[in-house]
Amino acid sequence: MATEYALRMGDGKRIFLSKEKILEELEAGSADAADLGEIPALNGNEIDKVAEILMMPGKTVSVEQGMEVPVTHDIGTLRIDGDQGNSGVGIPSSRLVGCMMHERAFGADTMELGHIDYSYKPVKPVISNECQAMEVCQQNMIVPLFYGAMPNMGLYYTPDGPFENPGDLMKAFKIQEAWDSMEHSAEHLTRDTIWIMQRLMASGSDGVNFDTIGAAGDGDFFGSLHAIEALRKEFPNIYIEAGMAGECVLGMHGELKYEGTTLAGLWPHQQAPLAAKAGASVFGPVCNTNTSKTSPWNLGRAVTFMKAAVKASTIPCHVDMGMGVGGIPMLETPPIDAVTRASKAMVEVAGVDGI
Amino acid sequence: MGMPISHIMASGMTGIRAAGDLVARMEFSKKMRIGEAKEYVAKKLGVSTLDLSDEHVMRELREELDIGVITSVAGAAKGIAAKMNIEKLLDVKINSCDLFRKQIA
Repeated sequence: MATEYALRMGDGKRIFLSKEKILEELEAGSADAADLGEIPALNGNEIDKVAEILMMPGKTVSVEQGMEVPVTHDIGTLRIDGDQGNSGVGIPSSRLVGCMMHERAFGADTMELGHIDYSYKPVKPVISNECQAMEVCQQNMIVPLFYGAMPNMGLYYTPDGPFENPGDLMKAFKIQEAWDSMEHSAEHLTRDTIWIMQRLMASGSDGVNFDTIGAAGDGDFFGSLHAIEALRKEFPNIYIEAGMAGECVLGMHGELKYEGTTLAGLWPHQQAPLAAKAGASVFGPVCNTNTSKTSPWNLGRAVTFMKAAVKASTIPCHVDMGMGVGGIPMLETPPIDAVTRASKAMVEVAGVDGI
Repeated sequence: MGMPISHIMASGMTGIRAAGDLVARMEFSKKMRIGEAKEYVAKKLGVSTLDLSDEHVMRELREELDIGVITSVAGAAKGIAAKMNIEKLLDVKINSCDLFRKQIA
């Protein structure tokens, strides 16, 4: 009987696969990305390298010495003191304590301060609190410290926001009204993000992290790109991380363009040049995990997309590798064997500048 | 919690334990790709790029340069004071240091 290796499904469940099956899954995953993105699939050597990483005997694996990359952090201290029923562990502590723990105890290369609701819109009523926290943290921290939140354009639609829900409008065949609603929401998203970051930059922030751009589709991407552009213009030295929500920009509107490029349907290697053009310092490309597929399939697919994004980008790429993206299984406690294998493959095969 | 720490252990530069914060600063402040950022920081520190992730080399060097370490060394620069030394070392401007200078002017 052929040797079988302990791997994972996309939902984290343990499975056992032979080397032949691993290679088959890697090739199929890579071919899927190549087909969707019209990008090159991994070559034979790259497939072999990822397979070798997946078949390593240790529970955890790591990059070769000298190949380490900076690791940036979405959601910031919320993973310690927050508890949203997903990634936070709800330990009572201040955000300053959370930041300092990441810097001094966990070896974080950068850190982020975020609001418990973690979207830009709800930061407005508590902006003074955020500015105070930023200033105190900056006085005590050494690593780059961002302010981060989600653009989350969906919060501008009824019942949470002022503009009628485009989904409801489309169901009633009010297409123009739906487009108008998305465009107005994008304008407000841009305006709010700029307003918030003007205050946080005045409080000493190193910069801003746009976490999960495009979650509400192309309007979300449109609003975020314009916010990035305006912030770069106003603050030439601001650090801007533009992290995406998904691998493909959903065409909720369909007609929105940035610098002449239609945003709907863009893949990571097409998104990266736009983020750079807008003025981002670092781009965070995403590849979603399919929970019904194996980890070799998901990793082969993710590495293919990321390799193309790294090649197309003129700015550093920090691949998004949280739960359910970048070849990481989709669950609250992603198995460390799968996380470290995906981490190593992204650095050594996709050539990312950071995670 | 386990996930970010797993990434740090598998692929990270371990922040101020070594030189991860410095390389990250060059990526973000000058949009340098990883290779260029490491070369730049290594040159400024007078070490090899391999040394940038070596805690043994960097612990002593960080103390010597007074750019912050993980423990409370008496009298050593911490927080904003360490960042002001990083500014000079890397030849970059840091927003919180600018703010601090404005506040004490």
